[in-house]
Amino acid sequence: MWTFFHKLGSPKWFYEISGKWLPWLAVLSAILLVAGSVWALAFAPADYQQGNSFRIIYIHVPAAFLAQSCFIMMAISGAIGLIWKMKIADVFVKAAAPIGASFTFLALLTGAIWGKPTWGTWWIWDARLTSMLILLFLYFGVMALQSAIEDATTAAKASAILALVGMVNIPIIKYSVEWWNTLHQPATFTLTEKPAMPAEMWVPLLVMVIGYYCFFTTVLFLRARNEILERERRTNWVKKLVSKEAA
Amino acid sequence: MNTPSLSHVFITVLKRDLTLAYRRRQDLVNPMIFFVIVVSLFPLGVSPEKSFLQEAGAGVVWVAALLATLLSLDSLFRSDYEDGSLEQLILTPQPLFLIVLAKILSHWLVTGVPLLILSPVLGVMMHLEFETIKVLMLTLLLGTPVLSLIGAIGAALTVGLKSGGVLISLLILPLYIPILIFGTGTVQAATNLLPIDGYIALMGAILALSLTLSPIAAAAALRISLSN
Repeated sequence: MWTFFHKLGSPKWFYEISGKWLPWLAVLSAILLVAGSVWALAFAPADYQQGNSFRIIYIHVPAAFLAQSCFIMMAISGAIGLIWKMKIADVFVKAAAPIGASFTFLALLTGAIWGKPTWGTWWIWDARLTSMLILLFLYFGVMALQSAIEDATTAAKASAILALVGMVNIPIIKYSVEWWNTLHQPATFTLTEKPAMPAEMWVPLLVMVIGYYCFFTTVLFLRARNEILERERRTNWVKKLVSKEAA
Repeated sequence: MNTPSLSHVFITVLKRDLTLAYRRRQDLVNPMIFFVIVVSLFPLGVSPEKSFLQEAGAGVVWVAALLATLLSLDSLFRSDYEDGSLEQLILTPQPLFLIVLAKILSHWLVTGVPLLILSPVLGVMMHLEFETIKVLMLTLLLGTPVLSLIGAIGAALTVGLKSGGVLISLLILPLYIPILIFGTGTVQAATNLLPIDGYIALMGAILALSLTLSPIAAAAALRISLSN
């Protein structure tokens, strides 16, 4: 098991193995997202209160899931990078921030679009909305720090520290805004309880969530591979790879 | 060669920073003037009505204190970085977080405490009740050290960069939100004659957490900033 972990330290190994996984992941996420969207938008029953407008949760809930998972992943790989000085972890921190920010923005945007017909307002200073907004700001902070520091290693380490500090702060932010003001309904899915909606509604949602995770991994791998090529451009294997493809 | 004790190092760094701060008095006064100006913008810009000021006063004072602290943060490590003494501090055999903690304490003494002393005057200008002002000062007493402690992480991360000022705000402001919410929440609870013990306990908890963790994070960030 540990050999796998040690192999992760080699950018070349990761580049090769992720190249093999990438087509499968891309196909899988395309199938899941298409199937999930068609199922969710055309076949899942309409909500008895909200009618068809509830269908936006099939976009909104997975995006909100990813927004938070991505931050946790970023903080964990930041910690790995700081502790074991692993190059791949540094690459992941950089690759994950813009993706996480996009998912957070998507969750906020779809939430606003859903909120207009349902709550009668685009935006409300509710706990969930506010903490997602703060999460977006934290992502922006990491991205700004990344681009402000020129040296790649220093930038990765600095943003790893920021991600870890943000990680400590996320529960505090969550509870502070939760006690402060609230309107958003509680979590749609929890691991421990049976969902409150019928299976015809939540199964497509589950498909969408898994599809989003696959899509996230695909994009993350693409960005990470790109970043690896850029960082390792002076090494022999990248030179060989590039000259082989050019020939 | 005998190495000086930890408390000796702590006090030496603290004294040095306080002396340096005293010799640049204008830098000390500027955040305070900024604090007063920002607070006085609200009656001018929004409404001088007594009812509005009473309701918004505590929040306005808190936000202004937060911004004033933010302004002064950039100088926390900057001058030491520029004259090279920060590198010497990092090379000392004593733990870096202790030295960072001393610098943060001196920062709080020269910016946080003056804001705390000014706040009752501003409270009176915002027509706050005497009891509310007392609670406001208590929240600022617990909150301004947190502002300096968390801010030190941002200052440490950006010390080697040319455009540090705006970047610090971007990094640190989201992290300031919990203490702002609890700070103003306490004052609001006190205005509505609700018990405030719970809020005060939470602010104390945040202070304890940031007091223990943020010097370590800031020290790690300083090492990274100075590594290249």
